[in-house]
Parts: sequence; C-alpha cells; structure tokens
Amino acid sequence: MPRVVITGAGTINALGHDVPSTFDAFANGRGGIGPLDIPDIDRLSIRVAGQVRDWTATEHFDLRGLSLYDRMTQFALWSARQAVAQSGLVFDEALALRSGVILGTAGGGLGTIDDSYRAVYAEGKNRVHPLTVPRLMASAGVSHISMTYGLRGPAFTVSTACASSNHAMGLAYQMVRSGAAPVMLTGGAEAMLTFGGLKAWEGLRVMATDACRPFSADRSGMVQGEGAAVFVFEAYKHARARGATILAEVVGFSMCSDAHDIVMPSADGAVRAMRGALDDAGLEPGQVDYINAHGTGTRANDANEAMAIRTVFGSSPPLVSSTKGAHGHIIGGTGAVEALACLMALRDGVVAPTLGYQKPDADCALDVVPNTARKADVKVAMTNAFAFGGLNAVLVLRRI
Amino acid sequence: MTQTAQTIIGIIAEKALLEPGDLTIDTRLEALALDSLAMVELVFALEETFDISVPFNANDPGTDDFDLSSVGAIIRAVEGLVSQKAA
Repeated sequence: MPRVVITGAGTINALGHDVPSTFDAFANGRGGIGPLDIPDIDRLSIRVAGQVRDWTATEHFDLRGLSLYDRMTQFALWSARQAVAQSGLVFDEALALRSGVILGTAGGGLGTIDDSYRAVYAEGKNRVHPLTVPRLMASAGVSHISMTYGLRGPAFTVSTACASSNHAMGLAYQMVRSGAAPVMLTGGAEAMLTFGGLKAWEGLRVMATDACRPFSADRSGMVQGEGAAVFVFEAYKHARARGATILAEVVGFSMCSDAHDIVMPSADGAVRAMRGALDDAGLEPGQVDYINAHGTGTRANDANEAMAIRTVFGSSPPLVSSTKGAHGHIIGGTGAVEALACLMALRDGVVAPTLGYQKPDADCALDVVPNTARKADVKVAMTNAFAFGGLNAVLVLRRI
Repeated sequence: MTQTAQTIIGIIAEKALLEPGDLTIDTRLEALALDSLAMVELVFALEETFDISVPFNANDPGTDDFDLSSVGAIIRAVEGLVSQKAA
C-alpha cells in the first residue's frame, strides 16, 4: 500500500495565526486562553475562551469572497493557504482532477446562523443576508478550498462532534493510502464562540469559568477555543518524486464507537481506538513516545482517558499532554490543531506541555508534561479524539 | 408542606421517572440514580420554574454552594435563592 506523508501544515488558533507562532507558544508554555470578547458577554456565565485575536479578515480575502465566508470558512481557507504554500505543490490538471479535501467541523457556519437568528427573532427583521445558506453550510469550507485550488477529486465534510478532525484526517489518510487520491487537504475548522453556541455549552454545565486544567485534580471543565488546522496529506512516492520536504508520515488510524452514552465516555471505546490505530500502524505500544490526549479538562474525560491509556500502554505509558489548556477545546477543529503538537514533537523533539496543571490526580496517573515543554526523542506520536456520543478516532504519526 | 416544596418534589419525581408520592423530604438524591444528564435537566427545571440561577458544575457536583444531596436540601436551597431574589 502507498505510504502517506504530510508535506504542508497551516493553522490559525488562539496561540497564533500560523504554524511557527503556534509552535513557539507550545514550546514556551504560552497559553491563548483569556477574556472572551463577543457581543452580549454580560449575559453569559462563561467569560473566558481560546479566542482568535487580531484577525482582520479583509486583510486576507476580497470582499466578494468575504460575503460568502463564515468565520469557520475563513479559518479553513487561511490554514489551507499556508499548508499548500509550504508543500510547494502546484495542482496541474492531472493532479487537481484526483486530489480532494476532507475537513471536520462540528457546528459549521455557526456565526452566520447566530447572526441571522438574531436578525429575525431579536431584531424583528424580515430579511436575512441573501447568502446565509451558502455561508452556514457545514461543507462551505471544503467547497471553498476545493474551488481555490481547483481540486476536483473527493471532497466532503465530516461531523463527529469533538472527533470531527481526526475522523476527517483518518479518512484522508485512508484515501491516499488506497490510491484513490494522490493528495488530500485535510484537517478541521470551528468557530463556535458565538452567543448562541456558548449558551448551549453553558447549559450543559461542563464549562470551567477560569482556566482549562487537563488531568489536574482541581480541573473544573472545558474552555472553548476556535480555529483551524489544515494539512497536505500526500502519497510518499509523489512527495519524493518532486523533492518535497516531508514533515511526518501518517502510519495508523482507527475509529470506533462506544455505543454507550451521548455524553459520558467509555474506557473500552478509547482502548479499542488506540489499539486499533497501533495495529493499523503495525506498532507495539512500547514504540509510542508521545500521546497528544483528548484531555478536555472535564472530570469524566480525563479520568477515563488516563485509565484507557494505562490499559493500552501498561504501567509506564509514554509522555502524555493535552494542549487544550493552551488553545482551548476547538471542538470539530481540535484534532487538527492538536496534530500540530505531534508534528512539533516529531520534528523538533519538543513535547508541548499541559497548561493549567496544578495538582496531581490519582485518577490520572500519567506524566502529563505539566506547564513546561520538554525535550524528548519522539519517533512515534499518537493523537486521540473521543467525542460526545462515543465516537472515537485515533491517528499515529511517525518521524521520517 | 409549602407550595414551593410540592412543586420541587414534582420536578424531582419527573426527572427520576417516579411519582411525587414516592419521594419524601429525607429521600437522598443518590438513591434516585439520576444520571449526569438528568441532574443537569433537574437544575435547569428548577431555574426555569423559580427564575433563579443555581450554581452547579457537573464536573464538581458537591463543591458548589448548592446542596443537592436530598429532597429536603434542594427545597431549602431553592427557597434560599428565591428569598435572595426577593430581597
């Protein structure tokens, strides 16, 4: 089967508007969670978030495009632009015909939905923006990326809540590995920091009011983030033939379902997903050097995930960290942004820390690289996503 | 029993899929085996019915200022919040 490598990466998130600034924040233990700045904040009990700051869309897109781009689509396009530029790919007719895009998003164009509902319900208007439908479509980001680069192969959006990006990247990996496409742009995007979006999360009562503290005994829940990351997944031979710089190899993927509960995780599902990804990669647990955990900072996820990791990896598991303490939970885009921490570990030998960590929890007996990045020889990295509704997706990357 | 107490017992019974007559002031919440979603729905129903805000984080139930340990405790806590609102 063809090997699959990553030849480009792009991102925007609370830590920065590109990959170098995000790596710099990871390496220096700098977080991006802070006071949330959106309209009607005084009516929310959640007032912190990993918000993308200083983003002026008009600097990056023309007005015709902007009338069609929800914030989620802007993030996806901006990330794709960086990834394609880094890859050095030129999509000629033959390549473009077979290459495609798969992104994950949980909410789609939520800002557009929020704005149009406010207009008709709160403001009593009888009209919404005429392009509301093409803006809010969950697949809009995929369509605009495919149009920008002329990619006419497989293109679709995956929506599996907090595992959306990992499912998307896993499918893109399988597609390149199967020979169905030589190049896939993949990752995920989310822009859920809207009044309505946050009200919904507030109702579930799982949100922290100050900081996200994954695996810490005093953790009190999630902090939401926003952003995107997009990668170029490419057939190894194709990348070698054109002399591309290879950032990492994708070697394993597994997905499964808990069939258990709509919000509570199951260790069994997490265990099967991690073991499945290792089997797919042909690796033993002892060969994994770093796990980027789902690590949401909720009581339920972190204890469950820690137990699952110890079940798969035994009494001396590899280094584990959750970067959600830094950029927040980017929901459908989170797996993609977190895959960047794996790339950094594989390429720079630096493991991004778990920010917000204050106190060991006996239920989370792992080395979570608290608060300060650590140098480590990482040859193999795993990244976990365990979504609400028990939808699990795990990827394994290798240094090359 | 006050009207408020009767209303609260009705709400708790509904979330626990029981009849109000199955509950007493001393009934412990843990005995009702409410799952995390039912707890969140219970708190929401109390807030909506009495127009109050209940401090409750599902990550750390029990550490908030709102005692959810028994039917009687919930009645006292809700009455407290209602009287604070009136004050």
